[in-house]
Amino acid sequence: MTGWLIALRAIVGREFLRFIHQRERFLSALVRPLVWLLIFAAGFRAALGLSIIPPYQTYITYETYIVPGLCAMILLFNGMQSSLSLVYDREMGSMRLLLTSPLPRWWLLLCRLLGSSAISVLQVYAFLAIAALFDITMPIWGYVAALPGLFLGGIMLGALGLVLSSFVRQLENFAGVMNFVIFPMFFLSSALYPLWKMAESSELLYGICALNPFTHVVELIRFLLYLQFNWIALFWVVGATAIFGLLALWGYDPARGLMKRKA
Amino acid sequence: MTEGLSVQNLSFAYGPKQALADVSFDLQKGRFCALLGPNGAGKSTLVSLLTRLLVSPTGTIRIAGHDLRQAPSQALAKLGVVFQQPTLDLDLSVRQNLSYFAALHRLPRKGLNARIDTVLERLDMAERAHEKVRALNGGHRRRTELARSLLHEPQVLLLDEPTVGLDASSRAGIVAHVHDLAAQGMCVLWTTHLTDEVRDTDDLLVLHRGQILTHGPAGQVRGDQALSDWFLSQTGTPV
Repeated sequence: MTGWLIALRAIVGREFLRFIHQRERFLSALVRPLVWLLIFAAGFRAALGLSIIPPYQTYITYETYIVPGLCAMILLFNGMQSSLSLVYDREMGSMRLLLTSPLPRWWLLLCRLLGSSAISVLQVYAFLAIAALFDITMPIWGYVAALPGLFLGGIMLGALGLVLSSFVRQLENFAGVMNFVIFPMFFLSSALYPLWKMAESSELLYGICALNPFTHVVELIRFLLYLQFNWIALFWVVGATAIFGLLALWGYDPARGLMKRKA
Repeated sequence: MTEGLSVQNLSFAYGPKQALADVSFDLQKGRFCALLGPNGAGKSTLVSLLTRLLVSPTGTIRIAGHDLRQAPSQALAKLGVVFQQPTLDLDLSVRQNLSYFAALHRLPRKGLNARIDTVLERLDMAERAHEKVRALNGGHRRRTELARSLLHEPQVLLLDEPTVGLDASSRAGIVAHVHDLAAQGMCVLWTTHLTDEVRDTDDLLVLHRGQILTHGPAGQVRGDQALSDWFLSQTGTPV
């Protein structure tokens, strides 16, 4: 068993080292949500009236409303970034090294997932700290309570990244992932507007938003930040994680996916 | 059963395209075997199957006696690989790259540094242990990869065109070193396009259109012809 933990430590450690070496990646991961928070939200504050909906007990500003969505946005972008680096690794060869280890493939992929999720969560806390400097704060224990939700959300989106990386053949095709995965997932969710607002415009869009697992990551984080629990969101996130995890295993199965498609 | 590498009745197809057809061969420990084949002969597919990046529904592969399908963990633990593509992390030092690999192979941390020192010294890389890989030239990067592939003391060493892109002296150094490893008892499979890397005493395995064309001592196989001429006469294509 210790051999497995040695590998876990090494793979997570490598993710950290890569992260430290890529400061631009850290900065862009922080700047993106801050732009939304400090510019977009300021402009939209007047346009969007928010009623009191759970977990909030008073009227809140729009900036406060979108914080959980932006936390989830960091997780989403990181999950995709990690997927992109997997495709890069595969083209560059270092994926081969990982996959020819004697350890089971599912464990190697899980280690990689845990490493990238841990880094995503660190970035979320850096974002929350900066938001707090601008007086956008949550209950103090909410920051602690959100940790498992953030980690679970990171794993779910990282697993989605794994699935995509096993099906995207080349690096160049990655722009498609941005257009067809990241943007629809983000905008068809409760990250920027409560779903009842969406329902007023279109029942169909509301239905899609309600089915979008990303919505449930946002809601799980939102409720935890206010020390409440959203069972439905948890159920969705766990279910989606399991499905994405199984699909990733299938995609990386040596008898079926990944290397079999010869360019 | 062989302590080296044994492949029996191995076939593989990419959809309708047959890449390998009923390939069988045995390589003994202590032997250097050069695998020659023109482009598209199935070399890359064979390497992917031997490293379990691909799995074939037919045939068996045994590495140091362990069946790759039945006991992949044990089999892969006995296999050292140098891939054609560079697989080093450029932002990590030589030592960090080797430590990462050691962890993937579950090597205990105790005694690891001494083990890394030993393999690096063997390849004259000891003084570069703390340099970042990005700062190394192509020859040193390849030597680092070779050192890394020896870290877990494999019994079978697989090198996929390891000298591509290297200058003549780096190439000669690596070819000589791997021949020494075979002389010390390792089973080596070396794929190449370059006939000057093959010695007459080596085993020669020629793959053509997904099948084994010849397997035997290189000196005997080529007879009086130069190996490249023999190859051309047999396959109709230059190596």
